[in-house]
Amino acid sequence: MIPGPFELVRATSVEDAIAALVEHGDDAKILAGGHSLLPLMKLRLAMPAYLVDISGIPGMSYVRVDGDEVAIGAGTRHHELEKDAVAAAEVPLLPYTASQVGDPQVRHRGTIGGTVAHSDPASDLPTALLALGGDVVVQGPEGRRTIPLTEFWLGFFETALAEDELIVEIRVPRTGSAGWAYEKFTRRANDWPIVAAAAVDGRVALANMAGSVVRATATEEALARGASIAEAAALADEGTSPGADMHADQEYRRHLARLLTRRALERAAGAASAAA
Amino acid sequence: MQVSMTVNGQQHSDEVEPRLLLAHYLRDVVGLKATNIGCDTTSCGACTVIVDGLSVKSCTLLAAQAEGAEVTTLEGLAGPDGELHPMQKAFREEHGLQCGFCTPGMVMAAIGVLADNPDPSDREVREGLEGNLCRCTGYHNIVRAVQSAAKAGPAAGQVPQGQEVAR
Amino acid sequence: MSILGTRVVRTEDPLFLTRGATYTDDLVDDRLTGALHATFIRSQVAHGRVLSVDTSAAREAPGVVAVYSAEDCTDLDPIPAGLPMVPAAMSRPWFASETVRFVGDIIAVVLTEERYQGEDAAEMVSVDIDTLPAVVTTADALKDETLLFPEAGTNVMAAFGEPEPADFFAGCEVVVRQAVVNQRVAPVPLETRAAAAAWGEDGRVTIFCSNQGAQQAKAQIAGWLGLDPALVHLVTPDVGGGFGAKIGADPEFAMVAWLAQKAGRPVKWVENRSENLVGMLHGRGQDQVVAIGGSRDGTVEAYSLLVDQDCGAYPRFGPVLPTLTMLMAPAVYAFPKVHAQARALATNTTSIGAYRGAGRPEATAAVERALDLFAAEIGMDPAEVRRKNLLPDFHEPHTTAMGAVYDSGEYVAALDKVLDAAGYQELRAEQARRRENGDVKQLGIGMSVYVEITGADTGLGAGESAEMEVHPDGTATVLTGTSPHGQGHATAWAMIASEQTGIPVDKITVIHGDTDRIPRGGGTMGSRSLQQGGAAVHQAATELVELAKQRAAEQLEADPADLEIDLSSAGLSVRGTPGAGITLAQLAEKEPLLVQTRFEAGGPTFPFGAHLVVVEVDTESGKTEVQRVVTVDDAGTIVNPLLAEGQRHGGIAQGVAQALLEEVLYDADGNPQTSTLADYPFVSATELPSFELVDMATPTPMNPLGAKGIGEAGTIGSTPAVHNAVIDAVAHLGVRHIDMPTTPMKVWRAIQQAQQEGTH
Repeated sequence: MIPGPFELVRATSVEDAIAALVEHGDDAKILAGGHSLLPLMKLRLAMPAYLVDISGIPGMSYVRVDGDEVAIGAGTRHHELEKDAVAAAEVPLLPYTASQVGDPQVRHRGTIGGTVAHSDPASDLPTALLALGGDVVVQGPEGRRTIPLTEFWLGFFETALAEDELIVEIRVPRTGSAGWAYEKFTRRANDWPIVAAAAVDGRVALANMAGSVVRATATEEALARGASIAEAAALADEGTSPGADMHADQEYRRHLARLLTRRALERAAGAASAAA
Repeated sequence: MQVSMTVNGQQHSDEVEPRLLLAHYLRDVVGLKATNIGCDTTSCGACTVIVDGLSVKSCTLLAAQAEGAEVTTLEGLAGPDGELHPMQKAFREEHGLQCGFCTPGMVMAAIGVLADNPDPSDREVREGLEGNLCRCTGYHNIVRAVQSAAKAGPAAGQVPQGQEVAR
Repeated sequence: MSILGTRVVRTEDPLFLTRGATYTDDLVDDRLTGALHATFIRSQVAHGRVLSVDTSAAREAPGVVAVYSAEDCTDLDPIPAGLPMVPAAMSRPWFASETVRFVGDIIAVVLTEERYQGEDAAEMVSVDIDTLPAVVTTADALKDETLLFPEAGTNVMAAFGEPEPADFFAGCEVVVRQAVVNQRVAPVPLETRAAAAAWGEDGRVTIFCSNQGAQQAKAQIAGWLGLDPALVHLVTPDVGGGFGAKIGADPEFAMVAWLAQKAGRPVKWVENRSENLVGMLHGRGQDQVVAIGGSRDGTVEAYSLLVDQDCGAYPRFGPVLPTLTMLMAPAVYAFPKVHAQARALATNTTSIGAYRGAGRPEATAAVERALDLFAAEIGMDPAEVRRKNLLPDFHEPHTTAMGAVYDSGEYVAALDKVLDAAGYQELRAEQARRRENGDVKQLGIGMSVYVEITGADTGLGAGESAEMEVHPDGTATVLTGTSPHGQGHATAWAMIASEQTGIPVDKITVIHGDTDRIPRGGGTMGSRSLQQGGAAVHQAATELVELAKQRAAEQLEADPADLEIDLSSAGLSVRGTPGAGITLAQLAEKEPLLVQTRFEAGGPTFPFGAHLVVVEVDTESGKTEVQRVVTVDDAGTIVNPLLAEGQRHGGIAQGVAQALLEEVLYDADGNPQTSTLADYPFVSATELPSFELVDMATPTPMNPLGAKGIGEAGTIGSTPAVHNAVIDAVAHLGVRHIDMPTTPMKVWRAIQQAQQEGTH
């Protein structure tokens, strides 16, 4: 299968890309790694008239410490994040989660900005990012603004990003030696998660339990008031609205959310005590 | 639009539709037909080639996205005298191919696996090839081939023309 | 030392590994210059009345040369059912004009100058369909409320056998009955279907297509199109896997030839994977009921099997499959009574055809599941129950209750070998420890003992053609009627010819798949190739040596009886007179040294074996990990262990895939849910371990090589062994049965249910 026809705009700067977005409105889509967008276009589920290729914009790929935070360039590819020494030291949940995305070829192309913008509720890195907390830095014609990750994903393929805005950076807190875990449940290693749970520093996020990635708030509250891991994990599916598909019905997804949350919290606690 | 890239060490420049997939560019424009297309969804890996040192699925890349890149396909592996690349040799000796359709992508992905990890365990080989499907071999002899190639030394994880596959 | 039995690496591989094979889509052929690309418009509705097909917009789209639909195809008769037991009304129109019967039914076709233009234009064909209720399951079909072919008056394509007699299990101490699903799977050869056709000025058409037997495909296409077979030249390029789904021709192949004639230009069609997953034949698709009765000492007295075969919308090989399942129902056992009945049913789904094993894996799966159910019911070790009921060793033909004549069998030996190799007692001890500890990850041990039929005469005869010619330059050409697509015939046939003549393997070229050069051939299917095609090459080489002796005798002025083949020189020498001789190549200088022959097999062969599988099941999530697969697969004499092992590996993987992962799913309206490889869970390297193969070889007397089939054995043995292992892992929790594929959700739910029932 092949995509429908479109025109390709090669952006050489962020401003350039934004200008193209302003000009073409919702006829335009950003092309970063293309590993979420091109499959949709080949199935003709997306038929943008313009693709704005941002891969040629210099300086979009980096991981660096900035105060209490780690800043990650939106163009950072999954395999770069996976191997990044700064990320491994400061926020180890992220490189590990990056290593769990798709397969090596996908990780060689996919970018963190792309997966954040795509807003698929079954995405690995957004789940980890939501557990970490932090912000998405976006740039539009009026300049930059910061959107908290907790407010960024609005639903299936739906985000707080305006039509003429581009994600330029993701900022997450440095977690240092805090325990962390990402538990991904699939039938085959390179599948999207049926359910996944990310845990770090008392926060838990879930993949594929609603229209977007979500926090397991009941679990987090229970942990905050001193509940045991088992007690807290038993609440993980509260407030979620999982869908049903051939891999899992709602009841099984809820069970997996509780199970994976428990396992993630146990592993995170183990990692924290090992680090201590 | 115009695209230019180096394919197996040769410079190519062609006028193409923006939507032309790299896999079709290689097959139909450049005329290198080893690279196969086995699915529509970035699932099977038959179209895997190496672009700027990294394995990628050429059915999920526009030719335009490879602008200025160094592309290596199966046809670019053997030496000018016909000497097989260590990975090609290992696939033959270990019977790592049957119908041959997944093979061009599998061999390129396997080179990528060893570039990333020159001494992998069987499990790591399997995980490294998770994006490449084979219906014939049950993967058993593919895993053996990659292990056998690994023993042949670092060349098994490299593509020719001194172009080392990035870590 | 004979070259046979040695690990010769494939002669095919250097090209495959450096330039790639040449599949239909890769062809660069003068005859195809300027070929148009065909893109089919297929029904998106499972069952409905076609109200209108509007192709006007598509006709105006860039690059479009023609658009055809039913109204343009009045010169062809519908595709007949082609099976005597199926009602004639169940024929398939070339283009659906009144009724669509599955998602994928062809409605129209677009011909464009370029491939990319085809998909654009296809989007512009507008089809209006009035939806009818869809028949999706065999249970729906049996109701005969909604009929796919009202003129036939029923959804039953064929029926075999009588219902189980009421007193069939009379006197049995224990009777277990269980519904068992042998689910619909997709063959998914990595190369999708493809065809290209060009008409010559001589009025002949050359058709290139991806298939498993050129001669059969040609006969079908000529028949469907009403062409004189002499006008059809079919060429099989390299084929990227078949697994049964590329046997014969598909209607699309014939249509490409029809389109080329109609458009007056060559036409090419290469389907994409989404089209392949709805358009290519699926496999399996049986709803079974097994019943097994016997005494508490483990002796089985009676076994009954009911098969409801889903055949999909139009009859292909589907109605034949249950006859093979019934034939093999008695399996490896000495059951005193065996009963089998089957119904073949039409549903609004993709047609069912042969898939690796084709009817025989379903027989093995049924009986091996039944035995485990019986063992669980009486509390006996499943290996012990099997040993108690296996046929004792036999080396004279054995006729089963269903009339199959097995050539030979050592089933107890096969089971013992696999149990020994796996360390069965240690595995059971480890399982007991984990059960005792209440571990989250429980061990499951599953086994199967199987026998299958290979090289069966399915109407084309149980023999094969071969031709061998030695050339003056010392090379040789072998022509075969088999049709390799991964099996390595170019290597194995060269080994067989080399063994007789001494011509080195790398100087022997094996040619197949060209109906002008090889008019007779049975193709590659049903694990027939080596035992018939390989045996034919053996016969050709033997006859060639005899012919050479006659000719050499004249030249050397010797008695032919005094001549012997000298393998080191590929020549003939006079016995006892070293140096006095002549090479085959020298003989070929005078006149062509060529023989054409046909080998007729003594009968089908019955390969057998035993598999043992170890799995670990996470009882909290339901997820299974396969840890070990140990197999004994007795295929008789092995010509090339490297190739035979490769066949076993691939077969095992496909069996594991069916037991654990793969299933074609439809929703209640007949919409496919698994029409991309993102949705269809094709097994990948990460779900499989490396396999442990154990040797066993009992030669068959049915051919001079002593070879039996090996292509399908791995699948037949591994599917039930994995299935039984998963259930065994959770049997102590009260679980008795889980249908394939044993997905995590199904396993988890079975545990939940068993625990609830246990507490009541």
